[in-house]
Amino acid sequence: MTFNAIKRLAVDSGLPLHEAALVADMTESGNNPEETRAQLSEFLRVILEESEKQYGKAQDTLTGLTGTNAKKAHDRGVLYHSRFTHVAIVASLSICESNASMGRVVACPTAGASGVIPGIFYALSKENAFPFAHLLPGFILASAIGNVIAAKATLSGAAGGCQAEIGSAAAMGAGALAYLSGGDAETVDSAAALVLKSLLGLVCDPVGGFVEAPCVKRNAIAVTAAISAAELALSGVTSVIPFDETVDAMRRVGQTLPMELRETGLGGLAATRTAKQLVDRIQTRFQKP
Amino acid sequence: MSLVNVGGPVMIGPSSSHTLGALRIGRFGNYFLGKTPDKAEFFLHQSFGQTYMGHGTDRALLAGVMGFGDADRAVKDALGIALSRGLVYSFHQEDLGEVHPNTVKMLLYDGADSQEIWASSIGAGMIRIIKINGVECDLSGAYPTLILVNKDIPGALNMILEKIDANVANLYLRRINKLLAKALTIVELDSDLSLRSLLEIKSLPVILEAYYVKSLSDVAQDRVGGLL
Repeated sequence: MTFNAIKRLAVDSGLPLHEAALVADMTESGNNPEETRAQLSEFLRVILEESEKQYGKAQDTLTGLTGTNAKKAHDRGVLYHSRFTHVAIVASLSICESNASMGRVVACPTAGASGVIPGIFYALSKENAFPFAHLLPGFILASAIGNVIAAKATLSGAAGGCQAEIGSAAAMGAGALAYLSGGDAETVDSAAALVLKSLLGLVCDPVGGFVEAPCVKRNAIAVTAAISAAELALSGVTSVIPFDETVDAMRRVGQTLPMELRETGLGGLAATRTAKQLVDRIQTRFQKP
Repeated sequence: MSLVNVGGPVMIGPSSSHTLGALRIGRFGNYFLGKTPDKAEFFLHQSFGQTYMGHGTDRALLAGVMGFGDADRAVKDALGIALSRGLVYSFHQEDLGEVHPNTVKMLLYDGADSQEIWASSIGAGMIRIIKINGVECDLSGAYPTLILVNKDIPGALNMILEKIDANVANLYLRRINKLLAKALTIVELDSDLSLRSLLEIKSLPVILEAYYVKSLSDVAQDRVGGLL
């Protein structure tokens, strides 16, 4: 499955882009589009419900490396960003810190990158008063963008580094935001490509191998990158390299990343002196009865 | 992959391989026993052993053997719930040999009986049951599965298959003990077996032991790639 194929199908059939994505999915997986729509609708419902429930809250996470970031960002309020971006950042941190404390999340596209999509959709719902029915086409399209990446490359940090997880989540979020803001297929393509290009080469190097540092805050930074990419694309800025080819590049970059930088906890930030000290401290924390 | 695989699933964090997969492995054990065991011992290999506390792998495995679902908020409190239900448990780090880094050996006790299940969490919440009571297999947990210890005699398989009223997806057949003429037959089915069919199989003279493990259902059959 390529994004070009979905765009072509939309033109040939006259269907909206997200409907064409559902038809393309049926052709490949055999899944009934109405069942897929219902299932995705349930995922989006949980995303919005959890965002509302966890928003700006402190969490007691498994390792204690994170847990207060959403609350800090929420309590401080807007500094330089728009209200929209601020809400997206706080929602993103909230979901990731909930994930790190064994909360309920939607692994869209993965558990480690589960904060980006809630950031975009919760901000649209809260700040721009998008009703659920208007958000759903964007969520379907986001899933389709992720599916293109899964088919052409990977969504796994262990296989392709963080670019494949949070990078993919950002591409899905940027594409959805551009689409829901009235962007056409080319605008969506550019939005997704622009942010994936910007996160190309991002390594997966969590401290101790745990889904906390830097994963939680990376989700929040990535959601701002996704919003920036959508805004650029909507203003007419195009990606020199189209989305499908950007995904190909991401796959090749992932293949050349050494094992140390693919979710092993051996390279990058995980190999720093501070990380090693923190891991020792976490081990002590776990040994307490 | 499909849109549904990318858009979800709903799960308890923090990791689909170390938490969701572990939960599903535990749940396979619960379905296999048909109940919560009264004692459970977990032997955790490599990555599972080294990082289980930081990923909640221990709580997920326990929640699973108690039968909890993928998105049950109570997974987080599984250690305390197990204690209150009288489920005795222990976790050990152990080198299990040439297997996937995220592999666990479970010993599940029901009174004097015990079952030994080896399973790997291979990414994206997908699991593989790789050994049951010493017999190697490769089950996804996605299909309803019939696990039979039967007499290793000519015609035994025919008699079993004749009674199965669902389509067979995969079939594993291994001799356990030549001397005792015992074989293990594992049948993965496309749909659930009727109760009548199950009872007929259980009453066959060639059947020594029979277990029916229902599908973990929310484990997608076509999901590929390891997600964090």
